[in-house]
Amino acid sequence: MTDVVMPQMGESIVEGTVTRWLKKKGDRVERDEPLFEISTDKVDTEIPSPAAGVLVEILVQEGETVPINTVVARIEESGDGRVAVEEAPVETPPKAEAPQPLAAASPAPTVAPPPPPAEAAPEAEIPGPISPLVRRMAREHGIDLRQVKGTGAGGRITKQDVEAYLAARAAQAAPPARPEAAPAPPPVMPPPPAVEVPPPPRAERPKARVEPMSIMRQKIAEHMVLSKRTSPHVTTVHKVDMTRVAKMRERYKAEVQARYGYSLTYLPFITRAAAEALRAFPIVNASVEGNNIIYHNEINIGIAVALDNGLIVPVIRNADEMNVLGLQRAIVDLATRARSRQLKPDEVHGGTFSITNFGSFGSLFGTPIINQPQVAILGVGAVEKTPVVVEDDAIAIRYISLMGLTFDHRLIDGAVADQFMQKVKSILENWSEQVL
Amino acid sequence: MRKCELRELGRIEYGEAFDLQRRLVAERQQGRIPDQLLIVEHPPTITLGRNGRIAHLLASPDELRRAGIAFYHTDRGGDITYHGPGQVVGYPILDLREWKRDVVAYVRALEEVILGALGEFGISAERVAGCTGVWVEGRKIAAIGVHISRWVTSHGFALNVTTDLSHFRYIVPCGLSAPVTSMADLGCPADHGEVVEALARHFGRVFDCEMIPAMRELESVS
Repeated sequence: MTDVVMPQMGESIVEGTVTRWLKKKGDRVERDEPLFEISTDKVDTEIPSPAAGVLVEILVQEGETVPINTVVARIEESGDGRVAVEEAPVETPPKAEAPQPLAAASPAPTVAPPPPPAEAAPEAEIPGPISPLVRRMAREHGIDLRQVKGTGAGGRITKQDVEAYLAARAAQAAPPARPEAAPAPPPVMPPPPAVEVPPPPRAERPKARVEPMSIMRQKIAEHMVLSKRTSPHVTTVHKVDMTRVAKMRERYKAEVQARYGYSLTYLPFITRAAAEALRAFPIVNASVEGNNIIYHNEINIGIAVALDNGLIVPVIRNADEMNVLGLQRAIVDLATRARSRQLKPDEVHGGTFSITNFGSFGSLFGTPIINQPQVAILGVGAVEKTPVVVEDDAIAIRYISLMGLTFDHRLIDGAVADQFMQKVKSILENWSEQVL
Repeated sequence: MRKCELRELGRIEYGEAFDLQRRLVAERQQGRIPDQLLIVEHPPTITLGRNGRIAHLLASPDELRRAGIAFYHTDRGGDITYHGPGQVVGYPILDLREWKRDVVAYVRALEEVILGALGEFGISAERVAGCTGVWVEGRKIAAIGVHISRWVTSHGFALNVTTDLSHFRYIVPCGLSAPVTSMADLGCPADHGEVVEALARHFGRVFDCEMIPAMRELESVS
């Protein structure tokens, strides 16, 4: 049972008024879920529950004012093990939990005591009291708690510490899990090719060199051929004036670098615009399954990352829920980990649309191959200062990028593809909070 | 030094500002954004705090509608108040754990920010014991009402710069039958932008943080 008390919301505060109970007696409440509201002076404060369980008693009614630390309610904790008992020190009487005589402290016994079983390990060397939950976990898993490093207050062992210990122990015992299932796993030496390479019969310099494909290369090859065979590819190219975005990027670059430690590129703006356009044109965020069209409710955008010896497309999940800064962070994070081969398998799966930024290598526009089972991919050409004809037939220097949408013509008509691109273009050219 | 983003949002509906605060509070609680100071202006609006008494609203819903005044129940502390053009409204979204875990000290600090800013315009304002807010010769110039969730603040203060004070006749401000005033009313021809600058400066001083511009265009998600 956990007591819920009137908290002290400041040094000079001696009492508080309960203004509203957010849970009724008998309600289930999670730890940290808002439980009640109090009022002091002109401040209303929501108080989170100190424990998970059932609110069994409300002792102070709405409108009542009581001194701080008064018990206002009681929570009966459920025994499902999810309760974070170790974080509620009230629960653990510090000493009474160690009834076994401590080896070092016990008076010299006349007979040597039997070696203590694992669960009765002397706790004298373990910093801080042990919570019942930790004790139970140790017993169930046969852990000697002296082996566990405590990270709680004063070196106390928490549930998380035990879990971490178990995880480490499991990792040592089991053979290392192969980071399989990613379409492009780290290139392991494949079994020798079936082709028999004849020994050079002559001493002349050979006309070619034979090298087996890496597994990643084999997968890429398979995927590209499969995609071309599956989808009739069509590409439409639109000219996008990136001047406004370029200016914004210029304005915030230093601050973003200083604050977050990464540079601000064009890509998160383009991703943001694509996410908006995908919302407006769900058919571009779809797949084909037999004679059915699968409209994906999530917008998960794959970003093609060039590796030294290949290509991988990690996915930004729910990209439409992220702002430019969040997208930039995700892009930097995924690209970095892709290059150091630290992506988790589920980070390269589940994409519903892709973007490839070959412009960063100087390409003006391209016709990329669709990443199956997706139905479209946006190719971004280099952003270059270009003279363009603007209003009143004047010529101005603008930051121009050619962007191409390669789409699956089974599902997407040319007109829809162009409307999609016009949406992307319009967002990028008129960037502001209002447009988004 | 801690950083606080200053966001000037111009005139927005009370409900819109309320939703934005909700989102920012959640992001602040998750540590995804630094402290924030939102500066807004509302169209004519009357709001009633959680513990306010509806009796302090002196007009019928019909009268309010005819006068073009919106009405909201809201979750800040304090009683009833009026917002309208000519008022600088500040909504700080701060994690008090990084400053002081003290809600009363927080309210006193908000008063200090306004006192300091008014001082720059030659107005000597003061506190009145037991009556949160900022006062000039017995008249209220700024109101304060705050909500806190897991030590993260929302709502804040409203300073009358050139507010049409006649609109206060629809309410008993903060449940106190004391008169209100504004900077213009006191003969100070203050410019809205200068007042915001002064408030931001004193906010940085009192809360010991560096005020930085918010990068709004980069942060919006529809």
